[in-house]
This record gives sequence, structure tokens and C-alpha cells, in this order.
Amino acid sequence: MSKAAILNRRSFMVASLAGGAVLTLDASVVLGASAPGAQPDVLNAFVRINADNSVTIGAKNPEIGQGVKVMLPMLIAEELDLAWEQVIIEQTDADEKVYGIQTAGGSSATPRNWLPMRQVGAAARAMLIAAAAKQWGVDAATLSTARGAVLHKMSGKSLTYASLAKAASAETPPDLAKVALKDPTAFSIIGQSKVGVDVPKIIKGEPLFGIDMRLPGLVHAAVVKCPSHGGTVVAIDDAAVKAIPGVIAVVAVNSGYVPLGKSDTVLIVADSWWKASKAREKLAVTWDDSAVRGFSTAGYEKDAAGLLAHAPQTSLFKAGDADAALANAAKVVKADYEYPFLAHATLEPQNCTALFKDGKLEMWAPSQSPGNGRAETARVCGIAPEDMTIHLTRIGGGFGRRLLHDFMAIAGQAAKALPGKPVKVLYDRTDDFRHDFYRPAGWHRFSAGLDASGAIVALKDHFVTFAKDGKPIRAAEMAATEFPGPVVPNVDYGVSYMATNLATGWLRAPTSNAMAFVFQGFLDEVAEAAGLDLPELMRRTLGASREIPGGRVPFHTGRARGVIDAVCKSAGWKGRETGRGFGFYFSHLGYFAEVVDVTIADGAVKVDKVWVAGDIGSQVINPINARHQVQGSAIEGLGQAMLGQKIVQETGVVTAENFGDFALMRMDGVPREIAVEFVKTDFPPTGLGEPALPPVIPALANAIYSITGKRHRRLPLEMI
Amino acid sequence: MSIALTVNGRKRVVEAETDKPLLWVLREDLDMPGTKFGCGAGLCGACTVHLDGEAVRSCQTLIADAAGKVVTTIEGIAANAIGKRVSAAWAALDVPQCGYCQAGQIMSATALLKQNPKPTADDIDGWMSGNICRCATYLRIRAAIRHAAGLPAEIVDAGQPSGEQMA
Repeated sequence: MSKAAILNRRSFMVASLAGGAVLTLDASVVLGASAPGAQPDVLNAFVRINADNSVTIGAKNPEIGQGVKVMLPMLIAEELDLAWEQVIIEQTDADEKVYGIQTAGGSSATPRNWLPMRQVGAAARAMLIAAAAKQWGVDAATLSTARGAVLHKMSGKSLTYASLAKAASAETPPDLAKVALKDPTAFSIIGQSKVGVDVPKIIKGEPLFGIDMRLPGLVHAAVVKCPSHGGTVVAIDDAAVKAIPGVIAVVAVNSGYVPLGKSDTVLIVADSWWKASKAREKLAVTWDDSAVRGFSTAGYEKDAAGLLAHAPQTSLFKAGDADAALANAAKVVKADYEYPFLAHATLEPQNCTALFKDGKLEMWAPSQSPGNGRAETARVCGIAPEDMTIHLTRIGGGFGRRLLHDFMAIAGQAAKALPGKPVKVLYDRTDDFRHDFYRPAGWHRFSAGLDASGAIVALKDHFVTFAKDGKPIRAAEMAATEFPGPVVPNVDYGVSYMATNLATGWLRAPTSNAMAFVFQGFLDEVAEAAGLDLPELMRRTLGASREIPGGRVPFHTGRARGVIDAVCKSAGWKGRETGRGFGFYFSHLGYFAEVVDVTIADGAVKVDKVWVAGDIGSQVINPINARHQVQGSAIEGLGQAMLGQKIVQETGVVTAENFGDFALMRMDGVPREIAVEFVKTDFPPTGLGEPALPPVIPALANAIYSITGKRHRRLPLEMI
Repeated sequence: MSIALTVNGRKRVVEAETDKPLLWVLREDLDMPGTKFGCGAGLCGACTVHLDGEAVRSCQTLIADAAGKVVTTIEGIAANAIGKRVSAAWAALDVPQCGYCQAGQIMSATALLKQNPKPTADDIDGWMSGNICRCATYLRIRAAIRHAAGLPAEIVDAGQPSGEQMA
């Protein structure tokens, strides 16, 4: 694992003494200024010019397979006017005081960094030009740059960045907000496909991931967790375990989920993980899980049915008078929809390596959100955040799982218990399935009223979800502006709550991955009642092109219409046809419409082809990776719907142990083709990690309905 | 006990308990972390290696059963002509996303092309369905296998953004 070469100003000075000249940037940028309470991002030190005129660019965000390790450096390299071949990409450490927000979540890297990373590159370029202007005694305005060199066209002189770097580093960095940026027509890197920077290492099996971390004297910890979430340790009998040669320690720790002072996890530390794992069968732990044994999937289903039979406990959004409008409607459509808890099932199991020495904690963490991981580890371990150093590893799948940091908190405690010894904590697959932060289940009871023209005049949804202290738990909320609420005259969105002991969290396209199925599935029923297909109902309901208020961001009806029209054109959509389904969803600032073609043969549903049209604004930064993200998202959505994915709980305990209990998509279930197109619009570019996922699920359900005539209102779909 | 085996052409002797899986001997005793732990139950294929030329799940292969045998892992796959072509195809088509499963995918794909040099689309799907890719890079895995086998591309990728070129 390469130690990040790009740290802070002091490191730069050290680096410059050691060899390559260095270009520093000290600049502050306030990001998301329109968002109240947004943290200011302080940026510097992303660029180092090497003696051979290669340029090392720091990639600050965690790489989980979304391609950000290439994408962010592309933005810097573009404005620095480099040839891509000059670029060496290095993962930075986690330090938000230096690099700004470093989160792989919410498809946020593009919208958050599109301008700041370009400004970083442009500022560096301006400093190089200033240095060249001084050296040549010419006006900086007469200079240009190309492929890592400053040019003076009048004289034909040129200087490489490497030869200017030392002088440039003494220049005062320009104001990032005022530095000139390229016109997009001049882009030579942005918009060109760039392959993954780590691919050469991946195909050789070189160590990259957290699980691959190696250090002298490394010891290994396997985990024993209270089977039911929220249970705690009463007593540990570890005599038999400690008698095993190679076992070093047994340590009770807190994953962060139970109150501090209690333990819900016991670590067996040994000189081999396999040995520690095997020793678990000899560990006897008495747990107190009396408070959580009553929670079960069957119980949730029963309670949800009971809550749906009554009026919602609380109102989420009201407009007009939905009851009156329903009473006067020409047609009324009613349906119940539901979806289950889901696990993330990253292929690399949760792990983290930590070393506690001289009161400081050093971590090698596959974290999607190391800033939060630092805070959580500090809280649980009782260590000051500034006494921690966090190195970022490549991550074997994120999907939101590693936005929450039980693995870091546990590793920190293990390291503290064994000062001076690096400890790697690793979950096995069952630990990983049973101690996830799950996508919460939910239930919806809909009524919609149509007028004589087929327009939606009333919409009611009673949403049953999970809450604690009267507030939805993590990822269990619904936006008050869930479409089509804001454009229907009479709306009543209400919510009822129940409790769970399960920890919940964000799964790729959180809330949207469920709401798209629920709302677009129901709207397909409404469209049918109106004598329309879903794209046409959407067009009529969206109405004129305009921006309407959304939850956190506005929703643009014209952009929605744009992708609906595009996918219908590409797929040759001709209205309701047997074997085809449509879905649209707006999430994470991306507008996506998708068409799914299915056939049913020998009692099995087969997806033949998927068409995707997306609008993520004016620029697709890395086209090849963009297509990969979209295709992977679509396949993941199909997997959620088609394979029986469902986390089941009995007596407080999640029953899934391995991939036999929670199937992931395999090659034989994947369509032959997923066609991807982007509709370019004059809006700032946005992210692609998530928004292509949600609409594929209703498109699939609606396609199956077109063949069977039976509505599919529950995930996972019963495959006929 | 002391167990001798050949790994990527090199004779190795390991001291390990006989029931220790080959996966963990590779990762812990031989310091070769390229072979990945995914499920420990032979369900995901991340730990696929070749044992005497056959693809096996190293998490389900006890080291005692590998004694005296020839093991090839991802670290050594490019020494094999087919493995080299497969790895090169993986790079050329930018197959990996997170990359965690890809060692196992490359090992399985190489084993496929060794015994079936010109597989049909169904052959590829059937053979490769023991390997999970959580990022779902399956379309490119299919394409990379065809590329390595010298088969024509299955799909002319319509609808891709303009200006696309490999770099």
C-alpha cells in the first residue's frame, strides 16, 4: 500500500528536499454555500510536479468501485493542462482539514468537486504561468500552456512544468474563486474515457484492499457478536480459547451500537485470522438480549397491517382535500406496496487495521466516510480525533455499508487493548450479513383519484416505517415531496411508526431504491386506469417544463420529460406492450428513465435488455466509467427484485448466514445488453453512483405485469 | 505439519495445521493476498485458484489436500499464455469496478478458456456463474472473455457517449 505522498505543506517541504520540486496550494473554498450549516472545505496540496515532468495528483475520496480515484484527478489535470500520460494518481490520507469532505456517498463527489477540483488545477497552472512570466520577463497574458509546459508563442519558447515548479511554488496562490477556468469546448481530458488507475494492480493480485493490509508483527482478530442487535455481554468464559496456541487475547468491545460502557462484541486475537476464527467455537459468551428478542419479520408484518388499518399517526404532506377529491373522483385506484430489509453484502467483508502507540491511533480503514469514522472511533475509543491518523485503502465494495464505522470503532479498541501491536479485525460472511446496517423495510397503502379526463386529482399514501423517539431511523424516512405529490392538487401523505432493534443504514440510492418501486409501480396502475401508459401519464402529470420545490433540491419537470422521451425513442416504446415495462426516478440530482424487456419461458422470468436514459447535467466526465456505473446500478436493482433478496429476522436475530440465504446477481441472470445514453442539459454535472438504480425495479415489475396480468406489489418480486 | 506444494512455479513448504484452507495458507503463510476471502463457503468464487490446472475454491480446499500439488494464483496467472490473454483483456476492457472479485473471475475465466477455447455465450454464462461480482461488471466480463478467446464482440455498444476512446 503506497503511503500517500501528498499530505500537507510540511510534507511537501520534506518531499521537495527529497527530490521533485513541489507546488503547494493554500486556499480555502467554501462549498455548498447555499446549504445552511455546510462545512467549509479547506483545500490545498493536491498537486506535485515531479522532476521528470510527471505530475502526482492526490485523489482525496475513498475508492469503492465508483471510479472517483480517476474522476477527481481528471478535473485537476484538465485545468492544469496536462497530458493524461503525465498523471500519476495517489490516494491521499483522510484529513478533511486539508482535503475537504472525503465522502463516498450520496453520489456527491461530482457536484461537490466539479468546480473546486478544477479551481485547484487552474490555480496551479496560474502559478506556473506566473513563474514563467517572471523568468522570461514577459506579460503572463501572453503565455499559454499545453501538455505540461508553458509556452510563449511570440518567441516560440517553452518551459516544462518541472523546470518551473520550484519557482512556481514560491508564487502566491491565486484566489480560487477568481481563477479562470477553461471553456468546456476546450476540454481534452474531461469527457474522454479514462480507465481505472488500479486495474494493472488488480489483475496481478497486488495488495490494495483493507483486508490485504500487512505490517510487521500484525495480529488478527475474529469477531463474536451478540446474535441479536442490541444485546450485550454478561459473561465471557475464554479459558478454552486462551489455551489455544497462537491466541493472544480475548477482548470485549463496543461496536458503537450499544451504550458506552457495555460490550456487544468479543474479539479473539491470534497470530492468524483463520486460527482466531476457528477458536470462536470454544468461546462461551452469555448475552443479555432479553430486550430485543421480541423483534421478528413476522411481527413487523403483523404490526404494519395493524397500523395500516388505522389512520396515519402523523402527517407528512397535505395539500387540498384528498378525501373529498377521492369521493368525487371518476375513478379510484387502491393498492398496497411493500419492501423488505436488505443487506449490503459488500464482497470484501468488513475489516480494519489499527495500531495504538504512544497514545496515538493509526488506522488503515476501508471507510466510505473517514471523517465520520474518525469521529465515531474517537467517541467509542475515548481518543481525541486529532490523535488519529487514517490511511485510506481501496475498498472492495461500498454500497453505503462503509458509511457506518463499527469496524473502525472495534479495531480502535482492539489496538488500544494491545498497544504497540498492529491488529487487523475481519468479519466473516455471517458476521457481515448479521451485523449490517440494513436498508429498512416499509409498507405503503395508496389511493389515487382520477377525474373524467384521466388526470390525477387526489393521492393518498399511508407509509408505515421504523422510528425511534418519534423520528424515522436512519434511511427509513420518506420525502414530503415524493413525486407526484407536489403536482397533484389534493394530497395526503401520512406516516405511522414502529420499532426495530436492527441497525439501519444507507444502501445505494437510499430511500429511492424502495420509493421508486412503490410510486412508479402504483403510477403504472393509475396510468392503466386512465387508459394510458406510464410514460404518457408521467408527461401529463409533469406538465410544463419548470422547477418545482423538492425535499433538499428542486425537481425539474423538463429534465424528467427529457429522459422519458429519450428512452422511449431509443427503446422504440409504442405504448403498453407485452413484455415491456417503464420506470422513471429522480434521485441524487440525476434524472433516469428506463425500459426493461422481459420474456417468460419455462416459468422463469428473463430480462433480455434494459434501456437507460439519464440526465446528469452538462458533462459526463469519464464516459466509460459512467456507463459502467449505470450498467452496474441497473443489474443491482434487478438483483434486488428478482432473486428473493430479503433480510429475515427471528427472535431478534437476522437469519442470513451466507450467499445461499441472500442471493446476489450472477452472470446467468444478467441481460445481454444494457444500453446507456445521456441527455445533456445546461445544468452543473452531478453524480452517477446511485441514480440509475431505482427506476429499473418498477420497470421490471411493470414489464412482468404486462405478461402475467398480475400486479407485483411486494419486493422481492415473486417470480410468477 | 510440514506440507510441500508448488505455487506459481515455485516449490514451497509451509508449516500449517492440516485443516487450514489453502486460501488462508496463501494469504497468511505465503504472503500472497491476491486470492480473496469472500464467503468461506465456496459460494462466491473470490478465492478461485488452479489446483493441478483445475479451478477450485481455495476456501474449501484444505492445505492437506494440496500437498504435492501445483497451485496457480492470480499472482502467477500471467505466466500462462491463456491467463496472460485473459488478464490483458481485463485491462483493455476496463473490467474492474471495486476489483475485489476480479482475481477469482480471472482465474475462473482462464480455466474456462483452457478447456473450452471458443465458448458460446451460454458456456460463458454457465461457467462464470459461480463467481459473484457485487459491482455487477458482468457485461464486461463476458466481453473480456470473448476478447481473450478471439471471438467477435457480442454487442456493438450503442448509445454510448460521444468522444469515447480508451486511454
